[in-house]
Amino acid sequence: MSEFTRAEVCAAACADAWRGDGEIMAGPMGLTPSIGARLARATFEPGLLLSDGEATLVAGVWAVDAPPPATAEGWVPFRTIFDLLATGRRHVMMGPSQIDRYGNANISAIGDFARPKRQLLGVRGAPGNTVNHPTSYWVPKHTTRTFVERVDVVCGVGNDSAAAAGPSASRFHELRRVVTNLAVLDFGGPGGTMRLVSVHPGVTVEEVTANTGFALHVDGEVPETRTPTDEELVLIREVIDPNGRRDREVPA
Amino acid sequence: MTEDQVVAELRSGMTIGIGGWGSRRKPMSLVRAILRSDLTDLTVVTYGGPDVGLLCAAGKVSRLVYGFVSLDSIPLEPHFRAARQSGAVEVTEWDEGMLQAGLYAAAQRLPFLPLRAGLGSDVMRFDPGLRTVTSPYADGEELVAVPALHLDAALVHLNRADAAGNAQFLGPDPYFDDLYCQAADRAYVSCEQIVPTEELTARTDVTRLRIHRWMVSGVVEAPNGAHFTSCAPDYGRDESFQREYAAAAGDPEAWERFRATYLSGTEQDYQRAVEARGATTGVQA
Repeated sequence: MSEFTRAEVCAAACADAWRGDGEIMAGPMGLTPSIGARLARATFEPGLLLSDGEATLVAGVWAVDAPPPATAEGWVPFRTIFDLLATGRRHVMMGPSQIDRYGNANISAIGDFARPKRQLLGVRGAPGNTVNHPTSYWVPKHTTRTFVERVDVVCGVGNDSAAAAGPSASRFHELRRVVTNLAVLDFGGPGGTMRLVSVHPGVTVEEVTANTGFALHVDGEVPETRTPTDEELVLIREVIDPNGRRDREVPA
Repeated sequence: MTEDQVVAELRSGMTIGIGGWGSRRKPMSLVRAILRSDLTDLTVVTYGGPDVGLLCAAGKVSRLVYGFVSLDSIPLEPHFRAARQSGAVEVTEWDEGMLQAGLYAAAQRLPFLPLRAGLGSDVMRFDPGLRTVTSPYADGEELVAVPALHLDAALVHLNRADAAGNAQFLGPDPYFDDLYCQAADRAYVSCEQIVPTEELTARTDVTRLRIHRWMVSGVVEAPNGAHFTSCAPDYGRDESFQREYAAAAGDPEAWERFRATYLSGTEQDYQRAVEARGATTGVQA
């Protein structure tokens, strides 16, 4: 089973975001991160805690478009999530509308905040998440519209903003990785800037840099993103996303 | 009480907290009663859903205090967007946890509570009134001093209540309804059904009784009162109706028709129109 799709590469790359996290709550936001988090727990990261999207921690592995399994292992109403996130035992993967080279992320509004061109959701929990526990990002369509020189509203705190705000902002601040339909990136560039970690099979480095609205740090030869294992492909195709919803988010 | 009696106790210019979360268990019949009233210039504090959209569309709101506004299954609230993009409302956009801390500070009669959330983000830039506070202990941490969000009134919708104001949630999450009630001078509970006190715990656990009569100034029986938001397990979100609402909100003529059909009469008229809609579309209200 060596054939795989781009969407499956992305799902495995999202799963890898939680590698080594142990017994913490995974907070995937959006489809591909949800596939990735369930995949991670079903394979190399069995200690992860996952919610049903409402207020129940559930055990087991289940499909993204099906009701969760009946086995509840905890009650986590929103107030408990707020308590938990401040303990640091959580790692979210959020979907930014804009993200810059330092990992400042915007989900609030496009344009001037006082009177935005496009009002989005609001800052939600992004400010608190990013200064309390590890944060990763998922961008299903890597373009210069999303990867911008400067975000209009800093919701998720970037490395430069955390440093400027002082030790209490930096103490638990940790941006892990950015997974897109083209590549995997992290913040290992100079001064905590975004660095190209790997390009997905079939993608060139030039394609990634051309679709990034700022100078991306590239360290010599850029490897290919790892491909999903046979075990992962079976889980993705038969258990977690049997209806192939991933292909609509990341077309082949 | 009736919805209109509750609204008669509110005044223009008040700060009003609205319970629920997004498009979940919102006190919509009370919101609709505000739409019918001459109240104006309200400050609304909430984890926002269609309550925010409807109040903005009716010009009732001068300031919004929120962490997000969303219809959940439809991510962006169209009337809220329009209000923001036309500059019709002033906003205090905080981190979700800051909102909880502000309500908790008010409930505990504290001026503020320290929180890490907000540091380094534009929440601090866009709300220049926010201050930080330095720990008096050896750690010396500098944290956000989230100011108390004191409410003149709170409006929440629960599944069951007794006539005295003891109320319970039967769905997955109490959200922050108890906190809104405690942060407010006066709290009003609408519920699917008012039952005798002994029935509240006849079939469910006492831990679901999160709202206590000492927090509550008035109770309204409002069957289907959270419509079209969800009120699990009594009913789910009316997705079909919500889609109609969102589509209408994008077009002035369609919105006028929506308003005339659903929002021009009493709560009974609203519920009848929803029922009639279900009969014609085959969708269960």
